[in-house]
Amino acid sequence: MTNGILRYGAYIPVARLQRSAIHAANKWFAPGLGGLAKGERSMASWDEDAITMGVEAARDALGPADRSGIRALYLASNTMPFAERQNAVIAKEALNLSDEMMTLDFGGSLRAGVTSLITALSTEAGGGILHLAADLRKAKPGSEAEMTQGDAGAAFLIGDAEDAVAVMVGSTSVSVDFVDHFRGAGTETDFTWESRWIRDEGVRPILQGALKTALSRLDIDPASVDRLLVPTAIRGAPPQIAKALGIGAGAVADTLGAQVGDTGTAHPGLMLADALERAVPGETIVLAAFGSGCDVLVLRTTDRIAIVRPERGVRGWLDRRRVEENYLKYLCFRGHLDMDIGIRGEHQEKQPLSALWRRRKTVLGLVGGRCTKSGTIQFPKTEISVNPNDHAVRTQVDHPLAEVPARIMTYTADSLTVSPNPPQYYGNIEFEGGGRMMAEITDVEGWDLDVGQKLRMVFRVKGVDESRNYTRYFWKAVPV
Amino acid sequence: MPNGIRDKVAILGMGCAKFGERWDRDSDQLMLEAYEECIADAGIETSQIDAAWLGSAFESVNIGPSGIPLAMALRLNDIGVTKVENYCASGTESFRGAVYAVASGAADIALAMGVEKLKDTGYGGLPVRSRGVSYDMVNVTGSAPGNFAQLASAYRAEHGVSRDDLKRAMAHVSVKSHANGAKNPKAHLRKEITVDHVLGAPMVAEPLGLFDCCGVSDGAACAIVTTPEIARSLGKTDIVSVKALQVVSSNGWEMQGSGWNGSYFHTTRVAATRAYAEAGVTDPRREIDLLEVHDCFSVTELVTMEDLHISKPGEGWKDVLDGFFDADGTLPCQIDGGLKCFGHPIAASGIRMIYENYLQLLGRAGERQRTELPRLALSHNLGGMPVQNVSSVAIVGRLDA
Repeated sequence: MTNGILRYGAYIPVARLQRSAIHAANKWFAPGLGGLAKGERSMASWDEDAITMGVEAARDALGPADRSGIRALYLASNTMPFAERQNAVIAKEALNLSDEMMTLDFGGSLRAGVTSLITALSTEAGGGILHLAADLRKAKPGSEAEMTQGDAGAAFLIGDAEDAVAVMVGSTSVSVDFVDHFRGAGTETDFTWESRWIRDEGVRPILQGALKTALSRLDIDPASVDRLLVPTAIRGAPPQIAKALGIGAGAVADTLGAQVGDTGTAHPGLMLADALERAVPGETIVLAAFGSGCDVLVLRTTDRIAIVRPERGVRGWLDRRRVEENYLKYLCFRGHLDMDIGIRGEHQEKQPLSALWRRRKTVLGLVGGRCTKSGTIQFPKTEISVNPNDHAVRTQVDHPLAEVPARIMTYTADSLTVSPNPPQYYGNIEFEGGGRMMAEITDVEGWDLDVGQKLRMVFRVKGVDESRNYTRYFWKAVPV
Repeated sequence: MPNGIRDKVAILGMGCAKFGERWDRDSDQLMLEAYEECIADAGIETSQIDAAWLGSAFESVNIGPSGIPLAMALRLNDIGVTKVENYCASGTESFRGAVYAVASGAADIALAMGVEKLKDTGYGGLPVRSRGVSYDMVNVTGSAPGNFAQLASAYRAEHGVSRDDLKRAMAHVSVKSHANGAKNPKAHLRKEITVDHVLGAPMVAEPLGLFDCCGVSDGAACAIVTTPEIARSLGKTDIVSVKALQVVSSNGWEMQGSGWNGSYFHTTRVAATRAYAEAGVTDPRREIDLLEVHDCFSVTELVTMEDLHISKPGEGWKDVLDGFFDADGTLPCQIDGGLKCFGHPIAASGIRMIYENYLQLLGRAGERQRTELPRLALSHNLGGMPVQNVSSVAIVGRLDA
């Protein structure tokens, strides 16, 4: 059995927080971080998390491809919204995949995104394994990590090498308890040791050593490596490692540090997706991820690399960009500021779990109904058709709407409703081919909305029941 | 279509509490305030009331889910009291219960009360609440201004009206209602405003600014109804009767179907058509003398002028700017200040509208009395939001009209 990557994709949130804005706010406290105050980092909106970003990356990878054959979904993240309630299965519901499949969460280390990818590539894939990695990173205000990190997701569909854009050549794993940072259970931010020690005693010997072992075992001439992907925020480390191993300087991939930041568990996948977008057939790509050891994955691109493309890809998401200068908004979105939401904001919707189970396809998958008699499409699916000329009873079959383009019928920007990002935009939207709903419109900044605006549906956080720490998900619309 | 209830029921008496921020009053006191005026007007004893209906929309922050608070507040005489709720149309719903009881012959004399005590929430605007478990999972909670503001975007698109023209017409609606409310001693807001005030106000939900929105108030209003025959036997000579009473609830077509464009109220159009048929009105723009409509927001009133078939579709905004609906215009709308200024204690509002029409028909409206005595007056009471609502139209008039 040889597996490969059949499809790949990524997701980067639209907001790019300017590091100069972070430093302008914090330099009174952390003047030493001025050297990092260049470029920008991706900043997830309040309604995004590891699951929603993973889902977006999956949609980027899958496009209109048939999803019915997918037999497993892995989600790697160190910032899962749920400690119990599997996170991967929420992504599976959002993607409206078959119930007959294995789902699995991976985490615990920043290299979990590669460990799980190697696992998928080494497993009998059947109709395909969907591998997702995403992180919504949370760092203390005023920290170096706040400057260097970013938020993103990456996705790969793994399957038979014959159909692959890149096949697995081999892999090597080293596991050692080198604690460069840790985050105890129940805490939100990392405790990190000195970066010079991490670089000199951790990344160089462990990662460089694992790379050397891998290339040697796989009998790969370092000079033949076309792309070396070392996802690390430690400046200068990747070129130094390449030089030490005899890999050409031109092979060292950009870490996307200037535009995105280190997106944690997602970052190896993000860099790999970026490399695949740029690759030509026959390239040797080496990916090495650090964290409690190191995983090395070697891939070789096939002729199909020129044919199969993601919907937007890393380049497309980088271009879909909005400059964010508001550091306070970032702090609020990450829960660092306890803003006064007033008495009106006290209203919290507790999710009746039994109701969610009954309506899971409606809520998580945005599956509507289509009347088999009149063809009327509607959301949500109901016992009696909404068609005023034919109130047919129990004639509706599932009709997924998540991938159907929509447009604005009516809208408002509501400053009264309590929202983490006021004003809250919402309106009636209509799907191409039929069906309509009242939807929240998100990622609106910079758009001049009006009736007729084209929309794309996205899986997002609808709200958080703070008293139970329960995240509710639903679909929203974004202008395109 | 059924024959309806035209002239089968007469209004024996009406009363209305002062609307406003009644910090020092509980709902039972507000109900009594309205009732004392009403029972004195009716000229009967409490013991003569056979059945009662109580409308209250926000029970959980108010009186709870039964009719008992009305029975207790008025010490009703061991009769059945039914609590009804139908969003902001709860007042007319309560009136409908009492009117139908009399029309059916089940009761000789019935009481309809609407009460709302909203100023115990600690914040302005309507209380945030669930619309049901399934709804909450897949819909937008939003706010009332946010839901109604959307009419404007669709109205502009449908009729090619510019943002500025529509905003100016909406401003005229509010300026007119403030001018009217200033003359009403029971009104919550009694200050005149200018178009500049409206246009310069902070945005609540685009394009609705602060003065495009009615506030919420504490208040109560009530009616006692009977048959015209009993009214006469009780000595009434100047009798106001119910000409039509129609309620239409959305069945989901607007929200889930196709064909609705978001710029109007489907339910109001249907309810108005049925109400005119019931009342024998064929040309409402000429035959209706007075309008009290559910002006929760300026844009709601504007599109309602079209939904009631008074203005042609797409031309309501021009009629508004022409002063057609001003107090001294051809067909005054909200001559008492409307929800905008009389106030909006939710379930009291539908009955408050009928109260004003009743006073005007009898020439008892004081400083704001229409010079030429109206003969037919319409009230329109709406609950929910454009995409999903309950709309009611009540026409009352002089018995001989």
